[in-house]
Amino acid sequence: MKKRYAGWILASPATIAIGLFLILPVAATIASTFGDEKGLLAPYYAFFNSGFRRGVLWRTLEISLATTAISLVVGFLTAYVVAKSPGRLKSILIIAAVFPLLTGVVVRSFAFLILLGKNGILNNFLVGVGITDQPFSMLYTQGAVIAAMVYLFVPLMILTLVGVLENIPEDVVQASASLGASPAATFRQVIFPLAVPGLIVGAVLVFTGSFTSYATPQLVGGERQMVMGTLMYQRAMVSFDWVGASTIAAIMVVITISVVLAMSRIARRLNPMAT
Amino acid sequence: MTTRTHPLLILFTVLVYIFLAGPLIIVFGASVSDTTYLTFPPQGLSLRWFENIFEISAFRRTIVTSLELAFLATGLALLIGIPAAYALNRYRIQLPTWLSTVFVLPILVPEIVFGFSLLKSVAVGASAPIFLALLIGHTLIVLPYCVRVISASLASFDFSVEEAAISLGSPPVKTFFTIVLPNVRSGVIAAFILAFITSINDVSTSLFLTGPGVSTLPIQILAHVEQFFDPTIASVSVLLMLLTIMVMAIVERTLGLTFLAK
Repeated sequence: MKKRYAGWILASPATIAIGLFLILPVAATIASTFGDEKGLLAPYYAFFNSGFRRGVLWRTLEISLATTAISLVVGFLTAYVVAKSPGRLKSILIIAAVFPLLTGVVVRSFAFLILLGKNGILNNFLVGVGITDQPFSMLYTQGAVIAAMVYLFVPLMILTLVGVLENIPEDVVQASASLGASPAATFRQVIFPLAVPGLIVGAVLVFTGSFTSYATPQLVGGERQMVMGTLMYQRAMVSFDWVGASTIAAIMVVITISVVLAMSRIARRLNPMAT
Repeated sequence: MTTRTHPLLILFTVLVYIFLAGPLIIVFGASVSDTTYLTFPPQGLSLRWFENIFEISAFRRTIVTSLELAFLATGLALLIGIPAAYALNRYRIQLPTWLSTVFVLPILVPEIVFGFSLLKSVAVGASAPIFLALLIGHTLIVLPYCVRVISASLASFDFSVEEAAISLGSPPVKTFFTIVLPNVRSGVIAAFILAFITSINDVSTSLFLTGPGVSTLPIQILAHVEQFFDPTIASVSVLLMLLTIMVMAIVERTLGLTFLAK
């Protein structure tokens, strides 16, 4: 009877599409970096021997780690307040976080661009208040890229963590309080440990998102703050160095997937409710 | 959670929300300014930058391309995603566990790497038309949303209802459309909206897949910002924000805004 294969038949169009148009092309991109006549790992030697490219990798890691750390703190504190808000206010706060998330990356990066520019709003304000005499360019600095990335990822972090905090059973928190723990102790010893797996999920989302981003560093950081994404684009579309671009792509894939796998293992081990 | 919130924490939250809303409000203000440069608060009030969008042919063209792409990619992803989600739930025991991991891959692989790989293999390697390569790319990046959201809906569906209909003589395909699909209606709507928004806003996958005369709106915005710094981009941004508001209104009408809170 065909019933035995019904599941496979129904799942096959999507599975084949992913195999044919995602797995194969990405595998081909990675494979193309190992076919160099100068040696198996020649493109990787070229990448890591170039001080400039090493610097780009380092800068990208710095920016993504800083973005992740700041987003974690800001997102967690905000999510804590949102999760505790009464019903109607809570849904307004959640919608206010969903709106930027549904508004695209380009629009939000552009918004940050006009905030920071030389004739930007922030500069006009600083001059107007008298903090500085003349406008200075805040654009194209590492700080600007980090600020823009935090702006980009905080809504995602808030929404992820509100979901996690709301899933913490009410009676666990009440039990802690009725056994005499102060609110601060309850937060430190009950709520925070239970939120750790969610914090890890949020951190992975933000890290991989910022590590592989293109539009924000391109608009706010420009040539001066080149990151892996913008370097890859430049290699491929300006220098037509496809092997070089593929090498950057392979490094990005390896780092992203290792971070995801390592962190999901840690999250599973740290989950106090799992055992 | 019943403990009271520290006032400093409330102040902090207010500041975070001002930080989130501020830049978007500035964009809105700058878009109606009657000046040739970007400024806030707006000087004068004019809608001429909105008219200007439609006077630039590159914007007219890319808006149409982006809308076509979003509708087609979402449609295709639902077409292959709904059967897959159904199979993953209905035939869970027969299918290997790695299969559901396969449907997460488009999220796991960096989008920019995926876009570049499609350029190499599909657009150049197989010399496919750019629009087709874009359509393949967008269909795959929205597919995980379709499979996951509809799977979540199906997880709470009682398949014995379907079996009852079939044992009473209803053909399986007809049963799917009259019994199963109406029960996961909210999941399908949510998947459609998420997929559509993701496609319309996509940068990283489309980045490498633009060619002579073919581009998407976000890529055109990036190109325009690098040459001109006039309020046109602010107006386009406001148009995209209006689209977001429209989408949220549709969600409110069909599923209730509490749906977004989940």
